[in-house]
Amino acid sequence: MDFLNDIPWMLIAASIAKTLFLIFGVVLPIVSYTVYAERRVSALIQDRLGPNRTGFPISLFGFQKDLQLFLGGLGQPVADAMKFLLKEEFTPGHVNKFYFWLAPVLAMVPALSTLAVLPFGNFLFGQKMVVADVNVGILYVFAVASVGVYGIVLAGWSSNSKYPFLGSIRASSQMISYELSLGLSAVPVLMIIGNLNLSEAIQYQIDNGWLLLPFTDGKLTLRELLLWIPVLVSFIIFTISMFAETNRLPFDLPESETELVAGYHTEYSAMKFALFFLGEYAAMIAGSSIIVVLFLGGWHVPFLPINTLESSTTPSGIALGFLHITAFFAKVVGILIFFIWVRWTLPRFRFDQLMKLGWLYLFEIALVNIFITAAILAWVK
Amino acid sequence: MAYTVRRPNLTFWEKLYLPNIVAGLAITFNHLKKMLKGETHVVMQYPEEKWDAHLPEYYRGAPTLVTDEHGRERCVSCQLCEFICPPRAIKITPGSLPSDSQFAKVEKAPEAFDIDMSRCIYCGLCEEVCPEQAIYLRKDYAVTGESRADMVHHKDKLYELGGTMPGLVHKWNPDK
Amino acid sequence: MSPILFWLFTVLMLAFGVSVVLNRDPVASALSLVASFLCLASLFVGLDAFFIGVIQILVYAGAVMVLFLFIIMLLDLKAEKRRSFNKLALVGGAAVTALFVSGLLKVLSLFPAGSKPFPALGVAKLDDVRQVGITLFTRFNLPFQTVGVLVLVASIGVIVLSRRQLK
Repeated sequence: MDFLNDIPWMLIAASIAKTLFLIFGVVLPIVSYTVYAERRVSALIQDRLGPNRTGFPISLFGFQKDLQLFLGGLGQPVADAMKFLLKEEFTPGHVNKFYFWLAPVLAMVPALSTLAVLPFGNFLFGQKMVVADVNVGILYVFAVASVGVYGIVLAGWSSNSKYPFLGSIRASSQMISYELSLGLSAVPVLMIIGNLNLSEAIQYQIDNGWLLLPFTDGKLTLRELLLWIPVLVSFIIFTISMFAETNRLPFDLPESETELVAGYHTEYSAMKFALFFLGEYAAMIAGSSIIVVLFLGGWHVPFLPINTLESSTTPSGIALGFLHITAFFAKVVGILIFFIWVRWTLPRFRFDQLMKLGWLYLFEIALVNIFITAAILAWVK
Repeated sequence: MAYTVRRPNLTFWEKLYLPNIVAGLAITFNHLKKMLKGETHVVMQYPEEKWDAHLPEYYRGAPTLVTDEHGRERCVSCQLCEFICPPRAIKITPGSLPSDSQFAKVEKAPEAFDIDMSRCIYCGLCEEVCPEQAIYLRKDYAVTGESRADMVHHKDKLYELGGTMPGLVHKWNPDK
Repeated sequence: MSPILFWLFTVLMLAFGVSVVLNRDPVASALSLVASFLCLASLFVGLDAFFIGVIQILVYAGAVMVLFLFIIMLLDLKAEKRRSFNKLALVGGAAVTALFVSGLLKVLSLFPAGSKPFPALGVAKLDDVRQVGITLFTRFNLPFQTVGVLVLVASIGVIVLSRRQLK
């Protein structure tokens, strides 16, 4: 039994602690409050008010009124979660049971697995704030995200009815098509950074200014100014592809409710439906985090000191560590709000327009963009 | 006959699509901003804000019983409303006035008068048919209860909702 | 790599591989193949070959098998499900497999390097993405470029053929 001694228990414990913190402490709360924000922002955009009444039910414990915090309606996600857990778990008779149960799991797991390589902070308590600091970070994200399509495809196929099936067919062709422009638009960024590791990407942006805002290091060179053009093009294509990959409006054809009832999750109810819902929003968070890491400097706050591994146990280091984590998730929330804002502004694309946009425009522009970046990198020092 | 819809010729910037997206985002952002500043007021916050002041004269709310200006019940338990009520929501047990009353042996009065509000369809036929003008549809619309029994309005509740209705009954009124 | 993880993923990979062959339902077969690819990728990751492992998932599990599954779902495969095993073919297949495995074992036992344990992997100076890139663009530059041209020709050919079908 001496191989038990070889197992790095400390590393495993730290990884589990970080994973639990990331999933249950940050991502799932952000997911549920993104749903709330989605409903509130959509309402405000449409001159309505949205859910503004559900408080935290302290009246169950003998208080006079429910606790209403500053905005109102903040208890809504909790109530929604309870509702999803307590509703009847209905499985229609015509479905393929095993795959019907497997599909929601396959939709949720890849979205959460992507978070493993995200550097969501610098150092805290002598630990680097990333679960797995692998040297193929960005490729890992693309690979795991591409596995996410199985959940949707299986949900549509196992439901054995027409609308889910059409939805899943649309989802698979859409996600495969936009993976190309997603990957190709990230290439110029990776060429500039010169590394696939996401922590290194942030380190580069600390040294040279954020890629999208190259002046954050306090200086602006001609090379940075020239590179800013392909980076901007990359950013736009990457963001558009991310919308398509996460099935967000204007590309939500797999679940477009005016045509396909609810798309691939038409036959699902209760917690199984909630898993699709959570998976979609978790994928949104993962996508926004990648945008933040690649283009917006990750956890870096400009003009502020950065803590090191040694200083991360001192009080000021701990404060800085928490500041970095907060900065990262503040940026992610900003991108999420942008996602919501776009959703309630733009109408849905037609499917042929979607395919044309992906294959005829974004793909080619991303390809040309790579050459332009290479030329600038080779000739401008 | 089929006809061709002429599509407008788009300029380069329109084809690029991005400026229009930005313009659309600006529109939605303005709506959001005005909502946050409280400049748009479209939605009524129901229990706090009510539409009561704007209810029209002819609004048909919950049916109620009324007394006249001397505090006498107008209802003589003729049961016409009970018979005409389409969903059969009204149930009257006729009774007589106490013998010491001035009007004993002249008029009758209901011993019990129940309106099942979970059945009532607010049609107003009871008000129309009543020869004594004893039943009126008032402006109460928030009729709630926690059980079916709660939804039945008994006589005292009906009088409480109805209040008094002064003036001569039409059938004795030569002007009407 | 921890031996527990190695055995776990190896057994899982082989089990899913067997289920690809034994399953009558084509969708189940395809999904077993995906699971088998994922386990193979974890074996690569265990050997510190992150790049190959991730590419295995990205290309095979993420793209090729999705297309396979897509096609399988569009076809009506009820006949395939009803078909039972042919006893004779089963015995024949088992015999061929047994012969092949015994032959392989025989050859490996005669091969002196096959019985020696593999030396421990050294720590790489560069990360594996860089190493793959350097190898491809220096030692194997010409074959790499040739393969690139070949793939381009093939994809153009596909487009031309499908265009002609439409007219």
